[in-house]
Amino acid sequence: MLRFLLTRVSLVIPTFFGVVFLAFLLIHLVPGDPVEVRVGERGIDPVRHAKLLHEMGLDRPLSVQFFDYAGQVLSGDLGISLVTHRPVLDEFLTLFPATFELALFAMIFAVVLGLPAGVLAAVRRGSVFDHLVMGASLTGYSMPIFWWGLLLILTFSVDLHWTPVSGRIALDYFFDPVTGLMTVDSLFSGQAGALRSALSHLILPTIVLGTIPLAVIARMTRSSMLEVLGEDYIRTARAKGLSTWRVIAIHALRNALIPVVTVIGLQVGTLMGGAILTETIFSWPGIGKWLVESINRRDYPALQGGVLLIATLVMSVNLLVDLLYGLLDPRIRHRR
Amino acid sequence: MAETSTQPNLQPISPAREVWLAMRANRGAMAGLVIIVILILAALFADFVAPHPFAEQYRDHFLEPPVWAEGGSWTFPLGTDDVGRCMLSRIIYGARLSLFIGSIVVTLSLAMGIAFGMLAGFFRGVTDIGLMRLMDIVLAMPSLLLSIVIVAILGPGLINAMIAVSITYVPHYARLTRAAVLSELGKEYVTASRVAGAGSLRLMLATILPNCLAPLIVQATLSFSTAILDAAALGFLGLGAQAPTPEWGTMLADALKFLQRAPWVVTFPGLAILITVLAFNLMGDGLRDALDPKLKR
Repeated sequence: MLRFLLTRVSLVIPTFFGVVFLAFLLIHLVPGDPVEVRVGERGIDPVRHAKLLHEMGLDRPLSVQFFDYAGQVLSGDLGISLVTHRPVLDEFLTLFPATFELALFAMIFAVVLGLPAGVLAAVRRGSVFDHLVMGASLTGYSMPIFWWGLLLILTFSVDLHWTPVSGRIALDYFFDPVTGLMTVDSLFSGQAGALRSALSHLILPTIVLGTIPLAVIARMTRSSMLEVLGEDYIRTARAKGLSTWRVIAIHALRNALIPVVTVIGLQVGTLMGGAILTETIFSWPGIGKWLVESINRRDYPALQGGVLLIATLVMSVNLLVDLLYGLLDPRIRHRR
Repeated sequence: MAETSTQPNLQPISPAREVWLAMRANRGAMAGLVIIVILILAALFADFVAPHPFAEQYRDHFLEPPVWAEGGSWTFPLGTDDVGRCMLSRIIYGARLSLFIGSIVVTLSLAMGIAFGMLAGFFRGVTDIGLMRLMDIVLAMPSLLLSIVIVAILGPGLINAMIAVSITYVPHYARLTRAAVLSELGKEYVTASRVAGAGSLRLMLATILPNCLAPLIVQATLSFSTAILDAAALGFLGLGAQAPTPEWGTMLADALKFLQRAPWVVTFPGLAILITVLAFNLMGDGLRDALDPKLKR
């Protein structure tokens, strides 16, 4: 196991430095003078320009600059935002809980609906329910989620007034963030109705962000279940006289879940990409909206740091899934 | 009567026909194909099919509702937008743009992916490690985020959005090609060709590539749909095609301000995206089942 762990981790390290290199290049490749890009000003006079160029080390060879940057990144220094003048890492950490909360709810939504739907569709293969689930999941998979979000707002917020249009909680409630998760903080604030307000703000964004993972999980669960249900040990379990549901829940599902867990892990990337669109539609103050705003405000240090952090996050989760997979399935661990 | 039945048709069916027969049995795939053909026709003959020019502004018809709603008319079957342009015409011209985006993105990423995958699989060693690590880096980032970053570097616009989306798909093709090359490389027909004196380039392109095509075709069809989705998402974020181009995602972004007053300006472009993407996914699924019976669900 240790050998497996070390191999996998050592494979990720070069990729990580590749991503650092890409983030480093980003700020050199954006159009405009590098000093002006970093200071966020235009038309700096030549004397000050030369001074800044030297101060920032931009007159040194690129390779030296890269190793400097990599060193800074490893010590947790991701630069200063041009707009807020706060460290990018602080900005990211302040906004991240909002995205995390949304992504967590979306994932729960997708798993809670997707797993049973996939299992039932596989068990009742060819039935109306199966066709319905497959049709719905293909539609969900094809959905432009930015439009889906607008439709939901039109129906449930504008026409029916059931849910709020944007934000994380009604303006009537105010409390200092403790965990950064609005549902948890509102609960601890002790203010009546705060949790209810936070949850009602979460409903639509959760559905929008969870739609594609839901479709993927339902499809994956179904095909994985179908494969397992055809195995000999399932026939054996049935022949032993076990009840249908016992065979499905205990014998089939546990084995069918392995690829599904991998797919769930891989959805983290999808969630981070989807968060960019979902947060923009619902004015959700998280990482996705922040990144889009950073581009529009030409806040390149923020964009650079944000991209690096998200890529690192996605890579870490993928690595974790990989290791979990090896833990669950010895065949993977011992494969060369 | 008896004679015809005792003389079976000994002609083997061609692979292309076999795929077609399998596809025809799949109702979803056929539905997808029909929609795609309609879209292609609409795109080709947009000048004749569209009731109005896509950029023409009719000053007396701002935000007119579609024909079935109160106040709608057959002059503008799907209504008009905020500057009085015909929605139906803009959506028809948008089909042209979306199919164009899909084809360019798929061609670009397929070409790059095949080249990388071929080189990595054929030469192994340092080339393989270097190229595949590069692909891992691209894969480490959510595709939408990566394309946003690339557009930030290149500047917003339709062409740059297409380049950005293409780059994010390269790793999928590169991995597929590499895997296929590795499994084909050890086979006898490749050795035979090598012994006969075929050079590397001939071996790669003429001998091995045709035998690796099946998974690439399936992936190409499926990424045609994601390309349309991603390009529309970039348009929606203001980073893709710029107004007044009738790109569906860009149209949605422009219509946001009228979400409450005129829901149809938001509904139809999105519906067009959904139907197009769905059609390509249906056909892609059908093609996969037809080309690779092992994967049949």
